[in-house]
Amino acid sequence: MKTFTVSVVTPDGPVYEETGAEMVSAKATSGELGILPGHVPLVAPLEINAVRVEKDNNTQILAVSGGFIEVRPEQVTILAQAAEMASDIDVDRAKAAKERAEKRLQGTKQDDIDFKRAELALNRAMNRINITSR
Amino acid sequence: MASLRDIQTRINSTKKTKQITKAMEMVSAAKLNRAENNAKSFVTYMDKIQEVVSSIASGSSNARHPMLQSRPVKKTGYLVITADKGLAGPYNSSVLRHVYRTIQERHNSKDEYTVIVVGKVGLSFFKNRNMPVEDSIVGLADQPEFADIKEIASQAVQKFADEVYDELYMYYNHFVSAIQQDLTEKKLLPLTDIGGEEKAKSSYEYEPSEEEILEDLLPQYAESLIYGALLDAKASEHASRMTAMKSATDNADEIIGSLSLSYNRARQAAITQEITEIVGGAAALE
Repeated sequence: MKTFTVSVVTPDGPVYEETGAEMVSAKATSGELGILPGHVPLVAPLEINAVRVEKDNNTQILAVSGGFIEVRPEQVTILAQAAEMASDIDVDRAKAAKERAEKRLQGTKQDDIDFKRAELALNRAMNRINITSR
Repeated sequence: MASLRDIQTRINSTKKTKQITKAMEMVSAAKLNRAENNAKSFVTYMDKIQEVVSSIASGSSNARHPMLQSRPVKKTGYLVITADKGLAGPYNSSVLRHVYRTIQERHNSKDEYTVIVVGKVGLSFFKNRNMPVEDSIVGLADQPEFADIKEIASQAVQKFADEVYDELYMYYNHFVSAIQQDLTEKKLLPLTDIGGEEKAKSSYEYEPSEEEILEDLLPQYAESLIYGALLDAKASEHASRMTAMKSATDNADEIIGSLSLSYNRARQAAITQEITEIVGGAAALE
């Protein structure tokens, strides 16, 4: 069976690198993407969501905060401003961030730039919490 | 001539200063090491994002985005990266002097420019001169993470999009080696030099469309340029501080040397004088 290399890179360095992966699924802004080895070169922006990597009938889950997926036939690279393996997520910190964001959302008006920022922060926190509770 | 005790006190205090500068030198050396590693791990990210950006930019000339377009300049933004502390040789002053001079040359009134500062030294420099400071961040860690500067970076990019300023320059010390750091001026926005020299390695399909990807990608690209500059500047800062502290330690050694020499001279003079006095006294008794 054909396989490919998957790597997740953030400005703070590489987070994840795995050879011999069989499938990657991620949520792009245009919808869910499932990528198999040999895919045509593709670039797509990602939502704040989970990325799943299938290898040897195991699924590894990563929390990715936005960014991009860059696909080539033998290599998939995810460029994100922040990303963690499910096991590396600090749940308490994510919960605290979620509460902070919720509080800020109540305090600001909807068209405010702070509102958008708090909304994004909330999404990131929810994403991390969801992944760990799976 | 200074008394024996005065010289002794000066020797002791210089020795203590030397201990401190020596310790600071070693601390900076360790920090420089880590800063270099950080910069190295960032390179992978930067290379990738650069590749994607340049392949989009060179792939199609019809992709238009405000961040790629030059527009008439009404106001210029200056992003200046300095340290929080001094004691780093010419690290801060060279950047600040250059920016100050550039601003004086280019602009006649305060409405024509605005400054975004990283670091306490820079912030107080511009505040003391009553120059408009748009945004600032102080107290950054020695090994900053992307999250630490995301806020100021994305605001700097956002303000360009909101037309607060129409171009953005970045000033920092580029790290060449432990003994050389070069002052760098970089035009950050609008992004003009992407995909210029390098040929894109592969052509991609874009999902959903090139325009929408640029919409997302370019701000991230600009932010990571800022972060890259910051990592570079941090490495320079530690290198510069290390060199400054090293020369301070060397100077202290020199001062201690010359002080011990005059201490010994004074000691000998005192002994000689004493002998002369005794001999003189004895001669008077005969």
